[in-house]
Amino acid sequence: MHVLLDNFALFRHGFVGTLLLTSVSAALSLALGVLVAACRVSPVPALRILATVWVTLLRNTPVTLLFLVAVFAAPRILFPGTSHFALAVGALGCYTSAFVGEALRRGVDSVPLGQAEAARSLGMTFPQTLRLVVLPQAGRTALAPIGSLMVALTKNSAIAGSFDVTDLFAEQRRLSATGHDVLEVFVWIALAYLLITFVISELFQLLEHRLAVAR
Amino acid sequence: MSDSPVSPASPRSERAVPPSGEPLVVLDGVNKHFGALHVLRDIDLTVARGEVVVVIGPSGSGKSTLCRTINRLETIDSGAISIDGRPLPQEGRELARLRADVGMVFQSFNLFTHKTVLENVTLGQIKVRKSPRETAERTARSLLDRVGVSGQADKYPAQLSGGQQQRVAIARALAMEPKVMLFDEPTSALDPEMINEVLEVMRQLARDGMTMVVVTHEMGFARSAAHRVVFMADGRIVEQAPPDRFFSSPRSERAKDFLSKILHH
Ligand SMILES: Nc1ncnc2c1ncn2[C@@H]1O[C@H](COP(=O)(O)OP(=O)(O)OP(=O)(O)O)[C@@H](O)[C@H]1O
Ligand SMILES: [Mg+2]
Repeated sequence: MHVLLDNFALFRHGFVGTLLLTSVSAALSLALGVLVAACRVSPVPALRILATVWVTLLRNTPVTLLFLVAVFAAPRILFPGTSHFALAVGALGCYTSAFVGEALRRGVDSVPLGQAEAARSLGMTFPQTLRLVVLPQAGRTALAPIGSLMVALTKNSAIAGSFDVTDLFAEQRRLSATGHDVLEVFVWIALAYLLITFVISELFQLLEHRLAVAR
Repeated sequence: MSDSPVSPASPRSERAVPPSGEPLVVLDGVNKHFGALHVLRDIDLTVARGEVVVVIGPSGSGKSTLCRTINRLETIDSGAISIDGRPLPQEGRELARLRADVGMVFQSFNLFTHKTVLENVTLGQIKVRKSPRETAERTARSLLDRVGVSGQADKYPAQLSGGQQQRVAIARALAMEPKVMLFDEPTSALDPEMINEVLEVMRQLARDGMTMVVVTHEMGFARSAAHRVVFMADGRIVEQAPPDRFFSSPRSERAKDFLSKILHH
């Protein structure tokens, strides 16, 4: 217990770091994921190809490699001077967006064709049909898988700790290195992650339940 | 080549002449394939403003496809379609605008499952017609009243019976103030006891002078509400005539055969 209490400031620092990293990356992955899904079902071939390449590339790259690229290669070529936090968010957000996009696209596939036809026959344009009718329904189907993806994102965020980003995992390394009982540190860190992932799961379950009631 | 006599594209009988006689929907030499399947063959059809045309024919004859080409849910391979004097645009905003003028009612209702009944009827008005929400809701409520489901406005489609859902779908289409309404077997998915409530709404619509193209197996509706019956087989319009003449003395063998099967089986 005293590891936690003695180093509470450090723990809190790491906890807030992980929360921040996770939530900003999650927001990015959701926004990009919607875009990816929209492109994948778009009537414009170039957009479909772009989205397919994005998904294939990111889904098949180990996330650690992605972090390496983001932290070491990207600043040299593209974004000199970008903070490690922003780079980590970029890596994590882009990586997860590929999965979110796929989950949403499967959601889109599950929406009966008649829904889009009804929307089109009312005079909605393609973007309107997607935004007002298809994606909201696809999102409901995709809610559970996206919940799991957000849990996975939280766990993947630990990798950022190895790249100089303040988070739980980085604090764990620091504490372990300074001679604290490794096992005890691990337990507290694990509990902290568990707390975050538990909250995310509950949140998604609540959302799913509320949307299920509303129809 | 068809072995049956094909009557002229335009109605000529007394009762077949609708109020104005001015052409609203014109299909001219329309052909459509699904792969190797030739589903619409040289379709010429003119629907006048205020006219009610009922399309009948055996399964697979191309009735749904015909209906769906009119608002370009299906593209055509050759020929031309125009609505109110304007040719159907290609994809894009122009097409969307035209579709707003063509109401469509589907066999499977296709109400937006994530929206309430009221929202189903206001969505198009607000997003496509850009009506203010209040105006849209007022219109929606009066339409829901007109089709007899005003008590269901805040429910979700899944909470309604099939007949109620289809009436909401009709209200949703009417909310766009369409020039013409297309119905593709609107009662085929309904339990028998609900068919009449939907047909009654459609009859009222016909009496109010709405231009309608109705694909249906309800011969009673065809007799009582149609100005003209169009009989299709194998992708062709084989015969067309006012309902009383069509049902009492069909000319083509295909039509005779079809009628004998559905009228006394
Ligand atoms: N999207 C499609 N792809 C391939 N073939 C199709 C498609 N839609 C329809 N067809 C075929 O085209 C033909 C005409 O179909 P259509 O649905 O227009 O017939 P229908 O007269 O409405 O029949 P029904 O009374 O069974 O509804 C049928 O042989 C059908 O199998
Ligand atoms: Mg059909």
